[in-house]
Amino acid sequence: MSTDFFAACAAAFRLIVEADAGLIAIVGLSLIVSVAAVLTATAIALPLGAVVALARFRGRHGAIVLLNALMGLPPVVVGLAVYLLLSRAGPLGAFGLLFTPGAMVFAQAILVVPIIAALARQTIADAWLEYEEQLRSLGAPPRLAVWTLLWDTRFSLLTAVLAGFGRAAAEVGAVMIVGGNIDGVTRVMTTAIALETSKGDLPLALGLGLVLVVLVLAVNAAAYSLKQAAHRRFG
Amino acid sequence: MRDRAPALLPLVLDRASVAVAGVPILDRISFTLEAGSRSVVLGANGAGKSVLLRLCHGLLAPTAGTVRWLGPHADDPGRSQAMVFQRPIMLRRSAIANVAYGLKLAGIAKAERLARAHAALARVGLAHLAERPARLLSGGEQQLAALARAWVLEPEVLFLDEPTASLDPAATRAVEAIVGAIHASGTKIVMTTHNLGQARRVADEILFLDRGRLIERAGVDRFFAGPATPEARAFIEGELP
Amino acid sequence: MSRAGIGLALALLAAFAAVPTRAQAPFIVVASTTSTQDSGLFGHILPLFKARTGVEVRVVALGTGQALDVGRRGDADVVLVHDTEAELAFIAQGFGIERREVMYNDFILIGPGTDPAGIAGTKDVAATLRRIAERGAPFASRGDRSGTHAAERRLWQRAGIEIDRAKGAWYRETGQGMGPTLNIAAAMPAYTVTDRGTWLGFRNRQDLVVAVEGDRLLFNQYGVMLVNPTRHPHVKHTLGISFMDWLVSPEGQRAIADYKIGGEPLFFSNYAKPAD
Repeated sequence: MSTDFFAACAAAFRLIVEADAGLIAIVGLSLIVSVAAVLTATAIALPLGAVVALARFRGRHGAIVLLNALMGLPPVVVGLAVYLLLSRAGPLGAFGLLFTPGAMVFAQAILVVPIIAALARQTIADAWLEYEEQLRSLGAPPRLAVWTLLWDTRFSLLTAVLAGFGRAAAEVGAVMIVGGNIDGVTRVMTTAIALETSKGDLPLALGLGLVLVVLVLAVNAAAYSLKQAAHRRFG
Repeated sequence: MRDRAPALLPLVLDRASVAVAGVPILDRISFTLEAGSRSVVLGANGAGKSVLLRLCHGLLAPTAGTVRWLGPHADDPGRSQAMVFQRPIMLRRSAIANVAYGLKLAGIAKAERLARAHAALARVGLAHLAERPARLLSGGEQQLAALARAWVLEPEVLFLDEPTASLDPAATRAVEAIVGAIHASGTKIVMTTHNLGQARRVADEILFLDRGRLIERAGVDRFFAGPATPEARAFIEGELP
Repeated sequence: MSRAGIGLALALLAAFAAVPTRAQAPFIVVASTTSTQDSGLFGHILPLFKARTGVEVRVVALGTGQALDVGRRGDADVVLVHDTEAELAFIAQGFGIERREVMYNDFILIGPGTDPAGIAGTKDVAATLRRIAERGAPFASRGDRSGTHAAERRLWQRAGIEIDRAKGAWYRETGQGMGPTLNIAAAMPAYTVTDRGTWLGFRNRQDLVVAVEGDRLLFNQYGVMLVNPTRHPHVKHTLGISFMDWLVSPEGQRAIADYKIGGEPLFFSNYAKPAD
């Protein structure tokens, strides 16, 4: 087994060094799909997190519990639900989205919204606890107060967004079902890994996995340095 | 100089009470605050000074009684008053952005916002720190920035809740001097303190609060010369009831 | 949900729909089996088809049962699978039209080199399965309603064994595709039935060897069908038919026959023109 493991490391190294065009296309699609999903999810999740953090409405505690619980949504379930929605026989079938990158973005966005929303809610609620009196004293209307909180916590929110990105880039269950792992169209890192595993090429599969890990690591390292720099700059 | 006629003042409290979960914090407080003077709310810790200030400023609503502005623009009280808290709440931005923030709410254009914020920072002696992240300033500097943030709005009334309680003597003197300057520019000052020396230095009149009740109100000289109530007398003599 | 929310959702949907539209060649979606994909056959023949027609073929590789489901829901234009019985039912129910038999390969029984069931040298798959059941030698089944799973169940039936009643701890249903099932068989180690193409393309064999091959019962026919455009009007009728026509054309049949791994052909083209 240890020889397999080292073979995998060697395979990963070769993949990165040779930068094979097929691999680059797969990595590129992974990034595009996951980034699009995370951007979409962020546009929904930040306002959602802010509303749950700040608004006082009936069922708010239930909403918080629900958001936190949905962070653990199984990708396969989301994949199936999105499949049935987007299927030609489903309610959104007319869009012809199934087995396209758009479908993968759709599914990943659904997976990621609860993560970003739940983490953002916590961040915004904490900041509100601190800012509330000052903002009310200055007479900030609700919309502007929310914007101020989002802006001032933007680097903490970035961490939430990154958590969402990690989830999106790493999941395979949903994109496999709604994307179909079509070569050159919907094949991303994770589905390629699943495919190589089923072909029994375990070193190549693990090698691809290592490339994925490096990718996620690089994104997080960049975000972390950004956050550090921001802390020095904005306090 | 603020040369406009009062828009909000006077402020009238009529048997205003605040209770939290049935426990009374303020008990049927009635008074009228007029423009011009520096009113200092004096009292021991827990007397209800901070709650009274928040009630006046509108951050809290009375659970009984009324708090009303009687001036001609009383329908929009938010614009012409400001508050400085015991622990300054700095937004995660530069000092100047903190000061300019309130001006943005007032709908002032960006260039003018920055110019006025800069001037306000200069008046409190922080011009050289304008671009620093506000939260990385020292406690004293943060409180000065908070004063600048309030001052730049040219409020008709400025509430200050124990603004020097966590500051060293030098910073305390700086804050007191600026409060004096803000007052001189035409702003009504309403400030809480438990520090007798500060009350003497800053106040025109004293409102003495004891366990949620306003039990004495007098000009500063008369108050310190001879308080009318035994509680105030005990407080001045440094005794705890 | 507020009106703004609904508007946002619709805008997002439109945006998703826009994602794949850049520089799009005409394409069809083919629901097929893991055996055709994992063996590398599509990688070999689809570029030839594209060079000839300019049409891109997007393959979604699933088990035969799932692939037929995808066709039934109208989510593919063409279905290429290997379970004649199920294919004929699919046609009879009006989900597919124009079925053509394209090619065949064969199933093989593979197992541990140590031969725990003591079947070395036999050519009779039914007898071998009876021996495996008798000895309780480990056997890995797909258990996933795939074409291979259906074929395996037919083999048990031919061996006179009612597998649902006879199965014990020795009979493991993986519920996964051929590749993962081979991985599991290699790790256990266990006997399993696989199509030859996947076996030849499979890299993680460890101790596994071919135990039985060449029995007439192991014949594995692939058929291709167009999803019924009457039922699903968006099906790309013309493009789908052109792909099916190409598969059974001399050029397509040659392309299939030419695909080899290590000098061994994986699929044998066997289209027979209808008699009329």
